Amino acid sequence: MLNVKTFSRKKIVIFTVAIALFSFALSIRLAYIMIFQSEYYGKKADDLHERERYVKAARGEITDRNGVVIAANKTVCTVSVIHSQIKDADRVTEVLTKELGVPEEKVRKLVNKVSVREKIKSNVPKETGDIIRGYNLEGVKVDEDYKRYYPYNEMASKVLGFTGADNQGIVGLEVEYEKYLKGKDGLILAVTDARGIELENVAEKRVESVQGLTLKTGLDVNIQMYAQQAAMKVLEAKSANYVSIIVMNPQNGEIMAMANVPEYNLNTPFELEGVYSESENVENKQDLLNKMWRNQCINDTYEPGSTFKIVTATAGLETGAVSIDSNFSCPGFRIVEDRRIRCHKTTGHGAETFLDATKNSCNPVFIDVGLRVGVDDFYKYLGKLGILSKTGVDLPGEASTIIHKKENVGLVELATMSFGQSFQITPLQLLRAVSAVINGGTLITPHFGVEAVDKDGNTVKVFEYEKIDNAIENDTCEKMKYMLEQVVANGGGKNGIVEGYRVGGKTATSQKLPRNSGRYISSFIGFAPADNPQIIAICIIDEPEGVYYGGTIAAPVIRELYENVLPYLGIEKDNLNIEKDNTESD
Amino acid sequence: MSREKVRNKSAKKKATSYFDYNLLFIIIFLIGFGFVMMYSTSSYNAQIKFGDSAYYLKKQMLASGIGIVVMLFVTFMDYHIWRRFAPVAYIGSIILILLVLSPLGMTINGARRWIGIGTSLSFQPAEAAKLGLIVFLAYFIERKSKSIRRVGTYIMLLMFTGIIAGMIYVITDNLSSAIIVAGIGFVMLFVASPKYSHFIVTGVIAIAGFVLLMLFEGIVKGSFRFDRIVVWLNPEKYPQEGGFQVLQALYAIGSGGILGKGLGNGIQKLGFVPEAQNDMIFTIICEELGLIGAIAVIGMFVFMIWRFMIIANNAPDLFGSMLVVGVLAHIAIQVVLNIAVVTNTIPNTGVTLPFISYGGTSVVFLMMEMGMVLSVSRRIRYEE
Repeated sequence: MLNVKTFSRKKIVIFTVAIALFSFALSIRLAYIMIFQSEYYGKKADDLHERERYVKAARGEITDRNGVVIAANKTVCTVSVIHSQIKDADRVTEVLTKELGVPEEKVRKLVNKVSVREKIKSNVPKETGDIIRGYNLEGVKVDEDYKRYYPYNEMASKVLGFTGADNQGIVGLEVEYEKYLKGKDGLILAVTDARGIELENVAEKRVESVQGLTLKTGLDVNIQMYAQQAAMKVLEAKSANYVSIIVMNPQNGEIMAMANVPEYNLNTPFELEGVYSESENVENKQDLLNKMWRNQCINDTYEPGSTFKIVTATAGLETGAVSIDSNFSCPGFRIVEDRRIRCHKTTGHGAETFLDATKNSCNPVFIDVGLRVGVDDFYKYLGKLGILSKTGVDLPGEASTIIHKKENVGLVELATMSFGQSFQITPLQLLRAVSAVINGGTLITPHFGVEAVDKDGNTVKVFEYEKIDNAIENDTCEKMKYMLEQVVANGGGKNGIVEGYRVGGKTATSQKLPRNSGRYISSFIGFAPADNPQIIAICIIDEPEGVYYGGTIAAPVIRELYENVLPYLGIEKDNLNIEKDNTESD
Repeated sequence: MSREKVRNKSAKKKATSYFDYNLLFIIIFLIGFGFVMMYSTSSYNAQIKFGDSAYYLKKQMLASGIGIVVMLFVTFMDYHIWRRFAPVAYIGSIILILLVLSPLGMTINGARRWIGIGTSLSFQPAEAAKLGLIVFLAYFIERKSKSIRRVGTYIMLLMFTGIIAGMIYVITDNLSSAIIVAGIGFVMLFVASPKYSHFIVTGVIAIAGFVLLMLFEGIVKGSFRFDRIVVWLNPEKYPQEGGFQVLQALYAIGSGGILGKGLGNGIQKLGFVPEAQNDMIFTIICEELGLIGAIAVIGMFVFMIWRFMIIANNAPDLFGSMLVVGVLAHIAIQVVLNIAVVTNTIPNTGVTLPFISYGGTSVVFLMMEMGMVLSVSRRIRYEE
């Protein structure tokens, strides 16, 4: 037998050692990958395995001042298909077509589409979702989800706004407070195999969703309902275009109601309603929708007319251009430069004091007052009473004042502005200005949002609003309150009298442009109690048919509202000792 | 190291019979470990594909069962009997490879590398050729041991190796098996010849030839093998061209970390690493058992190779020694290549991990080789 030679032994050892060295080198390479690159590759592997699924956070609710929920959530389902898990595509198509009411063609296309996950329909009622679940079809997923739900349907629709398909705010408070209401979506990281099938028995990583904060508003469901009913009643009676009512606390600017009838159903915001549904033109549907969603109190401007005399009077009293018992004479018109500006009482009011002129809403007297104040001071008080700027209300799309530039204002312009013509503001701006006049001179910011509350009821944020104190003298305020109370008690606003309460206010009947088109906006602004105002409201009737005087048709709306609201708010009746006379005026 | 020096010349035949239980233990351990990893890597896909989570495991166990019987049989056979079969083994290997071209040839997974009747009874000639070449070279080297220094003999031996390797490459289009066969032949020659110069020359020629072949493949044929080199250099950039597989392997290895995810907890085997029970099984070992487990497995193989070295060095004769060297080369090359591939240390080429990767033919022939080595070990005599 031949023995193994020494050199062979040596070479066997050499080769073995070489292999051992290779193995060692590979172990080093492994250690490098598994220690130093472990995080990198591990992360990449996790990304590959983990399928993210978002868990929608429940949107925060919106409540009124008493905690009544006016925007809530309801559970709905999203039905989707996972291509790789579908076993019987025909059956899946058939069932989904039948249960979801989606065209078969569309379902078939989505079912046969090679993708990870295809959404068939969202916002499916929970009951339908449960039925589909009951079929136990492979590859069909029914996920629960939240959808915004408005229990009061059309109540305060133009204030609240609504949400879109992804529960994001689109208009109104829903979009203004999106940040607070939205909440934080949760995340489920489910581990899947290469086909995308989630693995059972593997702990999934979860990030819980955080419900959005509840927005507590200053709205009061009852007052809002009263306002809406009152507005609806006059809308129908006068076949008006729209009727807006704002009810606010003049002391702090909290808006208790804002009705703009016709409202629309917040649960079906994309369905044209009422007058809008009459149009067959599908192309301008979006325009019509935008019109339907419009909040006339904030998004639209109008010529305020006689209600604006409150501002002119305030400026007159403040500047000393006039006092309550200053004497004037009204021949039924006033000639300013080359223009003859008529009073609504063409025969003239004759000799009258400033108080009488206010009660009578006498244009020539206010022209005189305006001219006496002068452009500079007039604009100064427009500024002080917030007429020149936006109110800062917490709703999107507030319209800006349309007004002459101060340097372009001549006597004619000043004269017409004195009784509320030739410029445009929003109803809310007027309400804010008048609030400052009657609340002791504080220019408040009208607002809805009061505080954001978490789901355990803890206040997370109290919303603060700008307040400018002493915009006007307290003394002026007292005089104005007295005069405006007189307007209601003995003047043109007497239809605004609420039995047992002291109400102050002013009426207006503005011609819509172009003048003499026979279209009017009738309005009334009223507050109570007159000596210590707790509530202020404005009613605007756009294009009423028939009698169009504000004092005749708008004042009763506020009266009716107050008859319900003042007792509701617990405002006590006064022992009335207001002098009454029988002056007729508008 | 072993001090059991064998001196067969010794007149005193006061020898104790030897059996390498260490090696036997390692073989059993690796096969058992292979079953565990086989079930871990393949059960999920087997359940989906065949509705039987143990589908691959059962086939592997059947092949291993046959393999163990073969091993035991060969172990207790006198290995010298293989001398007689050596030329037959060589010619048989060539015939088997040629059979791939015949109607018996089978295409599985797009590669025509099998012969057989139906998938249940199929067979990879390349696996048989490895064994055939080991037996034949051991026989031939022993016969020519006196003239081994001569260049003619050396070239003749190179040619025997080259023919088999070339045929595997050309006929079955299986580069990795060709490389392994060439490697086995090269190592056996290296050990048998006292010279070093031959090997340096051969090595240079082999590497130059290999590079030329690759360039030819790449430029003239535009073959996928050339792509592999590009992919190797930057797998993340070429996921479509094969980088995907490499990346999945790296994800598996990297995500294992030091301690691994735990046996059975790997995710990459769930269809991410393609056919995880095959060439890429080591990546799942890394993912589930971590660096510790991976190094333990490498350690087992190194230990096994060390046992081969002991047996080869103490074999009673050159034929036995060369048989063991051939087996040693076979196992060592496959292990190193496999791990180098899955760690993207070298370009991707399909090499299985001995005893652990799925593959019936491979297991049966490996077990036969183990039987031979154990048979050689039984002939080791050492004095008191």
